[in-house]
Amino acid sequence: MLSFTLLQAGLSTGLSVVPAIAVARALHRREFPGRSFLVVLLILPLTLPAIAAILGVTQVYGPNGWLGGWFQLYGLTGILIAHVFFNLPLAARLLLSRLESIPADSYRLGAQLGFAPRDILRHIEWPVMRAALAPAALLIFLLCAASFAVVLILGGGPQAATLEVAIYQSLRLDFDPARASALAIAQVLLCTAVVIAGGRKLLPESSMAAGKGLWKNAYARSPGSLALDTSAIMLTVLIVVPPLAAILINGLSSLPAANAVMKAAFTSLTIGLASAALALILSMPLAYFGARAASEPSRRFLTILSLSAWMLPPAVIATGWFIALLPFHFGGLGTALLIVAMNALMALPFVYGGLAAPVAELTARDDKLCASLGLRGLSRLRSIDLPSLRAPLVLAGAMAFAVSLGDLTAITLFGSGDIQTLPALIYRQMGSYRMADSAGTALFLAASSFAAMWFAEVWARKT
Amino acid sequence: MKKYPTIAVFSFLAFIAPAEAKQTLTIYTYDSFVTEWGPGGKIKQAFETSCDCTIEWVAPGDGVALLNRLKLEGSGTQADLVLGLDTSLTAEAQALGLFGRHGIDKTRAKVPVPWADDVFLPYDYAHFAVIYDSEKITSPPKSLAELVDGPAEEKIVLQDPRSSTPGLGFVMWMKSVYGGKAGEAWSKLKRRVLTTTPGWSESYALFTKGDAPMVMSYLTSSAYHRISENSARYKAAIFSEGHYLQIEVAGLIEASPEKELARKFLDFMLTPGFQDQIPQGNWMFPASDTSSPLPANFNEEGAPPKTLLFSPEEAAANRKAWIEEWLNAIATP
Repeated sequence: MLSFTLLQAGLSTGLSVVPAIAVARALHRREFPGRSFLVVLLILPLTLPAIAAILGVTQVYGPNGWLGGWFQLYGLTGILIAHVFFNLPLAARLLLSRLESIPADSYRLGAQLGFAPRDILRHIEWPVMRAALAPAALLIFLLCAASFAVVLILGGGPQAATLEVAIYQSLRLDFDPARASALAIAQVLLCTAVVIAGGRKLLPESSMAAGKGLWKNAYARSPGSLALDTSAIMLTVLIVVPPLAAILINGLSSLPAANAVMKAAFTSLTIGLASAALALILSMPLAYFGARAASEPSRRFLTILSLSAWMLPPAVIATGWFIALLPFHFGGLGTALLIVAMNALMALPFVYGGLAAPVAELTARDDKLCASLGLRGLSRLRSIDLPSLRAPLVLAGAMAFAVSLGDLTAITLFGSGDIQTLPALIYRQMGSYRMADSAGTALFLAASSFAAMWFAEVWARKT
Repeated sequence: MKKYPTIAVFSFLAFIAPAEAKQTLTIYTYDSFVTEWGPGGKIKQAFETSCDCTIEWVAPGDGVALLNRLKLEGSGTQADLVLGLDTSLTAEAQALGLFGRHGIDKTRAKVPVPWADDVFLPYDYAHFAVIYDSEKITSPPKSLAELVDGPAEEKIVLQDPRSSTPGLGFVMWMKSVYGGKAGEAWSKLKRRVLTTTPGWSESYALFTKGDAPMVMSYLTSSAYHRISENSARYKAAIFSEGHYLQIEVAGLIEASPEKELARKFLDFMLTPGFQDQIPQGNWMFPASDTSSPLPANFNEEGAPPKTLLFSPEEAAANRKAWIEEWLNAIATP
């Protein structure tokens, strides 16, 4: 059980993160029609509830899928395909936002020194990416270890069960909180070990001043790099687009017009925005603290802290909260707040990961200047920090929004029927034989998050 | 000065008091009972006109989640009534010591087995059945044995008994047919299992997408397709050994301040006002009289040759061991 968890999560992480390096570089240095469309698409898998993504994947690769069952989907193959679909784009997006923070001056300097593309990678891009790589890989590893719907369904059944399934079972059917806690502690220890082992180069050391603008194409003229970039982009398109296209096509045949969908969309939007705001509010102090922390162990501790919602299974955290809050008989609003808090916690690693490096660069650049000007507290935040952090803040917030939009864990644990988000509606439609309607709702969910991401990208780039 | 908050509290109480005059009956149920397609809305309407009270549905998830909510809340539960447990969960629910006797004439409950429970009262039932895609399977299995021994190329999607009630129902079904040889039967069936999903919804979605030509579901699933979708494509296979039965029940909370109202609801539950909503709202068979007979095509396959059902005590005592047996057989490569 444990070894399978490690195997599938390790393989999924490797297959997602390694190609993502090439994909991020290609997206960074190439301009091509549809590039910004593709960049927005990268976050989309993250917002899909697991079952919608699984149905998209089986529509393409399943026995009755477009590829006509060329190969055996159910098993390790299925798990890996789904996890790469979820996480390669995520890793590419995380790395891309780091690459985009490299100032044009660095490339200019490289050009003056006669750097070959290889040298640019080694001396300019790799240090920046490496700083983001370890946290991204850790996060993806944890996401894969925790994704039990994908593992159970596409893994072909309980032979592929993970630790998470065992925890879920002891909480649900056996209702044995003691066993669940013991297993949860085992999972936390496992994850902490992975974090510590893999976390030696966890936080960005780069102190390069962030600048605006890109220095593109000048270093990417060799046919070899063009071929590499083209194939990286083709690969992304091939991995990301078909399942999304399946969701689009299935959904179009039964577009939702019902009130229920609009109402659920409004609920999802409200919860998503509130969770994103809360995740940003929680992450900012963490990021500042991390940037100024002197010691390596305290930085590592912060990263572990930001990952806590994924190290401890969300179901365990939620049950704990439920027991703690039981005496207070909270109503609908209390439930909504719990869901928001839970979603914010789940979004924390994405947000913290997106903010840590830019905040570190900012504090390194501006702390002395601000001190000498006597700018402190809110006035500094307003006049200096927020404007220069706008792009990372908007993108991190958008990611938190995406995570919350697709979440079903918090809602199924706390929900009481009156709070219905889009993923909950998808599930209820499926549970009432309305498979076609649920495909329509899934399309609506995907389309709304696409619109939100598009808006965020445009806003982040606005100067 | 201290007086003022007290006065404020009292005037506030005076303000909300009239609203309290209407009794509220809090019913815990499962999710799909109270969706816009479920029977909950119409049942609430029908009961409220007769009682001058308000029904508040609380739906924490499916039947298993419902039981867990009760375990978590214990005697502090807000529920006056719980509707939606099935007979494989009732022994455990009763052991919580929360439920009181229903005090209603048990012969009014019309289910395929004689009803003897003083605590829980049935409101609907259905046999489990394998549903198959008639466009892909021309000769469906006629028995559980044929399902177990049949060709490996024709796949079935099952549910995990650890998280799904139909999944658990199928474990009980296998056990009641194969007894001590269930482990072997699982190992044989394994060849035909495309995958096992956490809940019914995922399995049914994979089935209707065409990934597998068979799925574990309810006898009444075919009625949904015939009546709501006007399609005869998906049919239920009738097995000669008989079919395992799911009976869904409700019970009242002994310590509830609204116990009398809860009892009134249980009485209402076995009248047409409630039962009329069941066949095409919950897609189950009614457990008492409806005002008009069921549509002719509701049960085209006819009743199963035999009904299989363990007593709640047997089911509760053996559940863990039987799930373990399933897991060992199916999870060994």
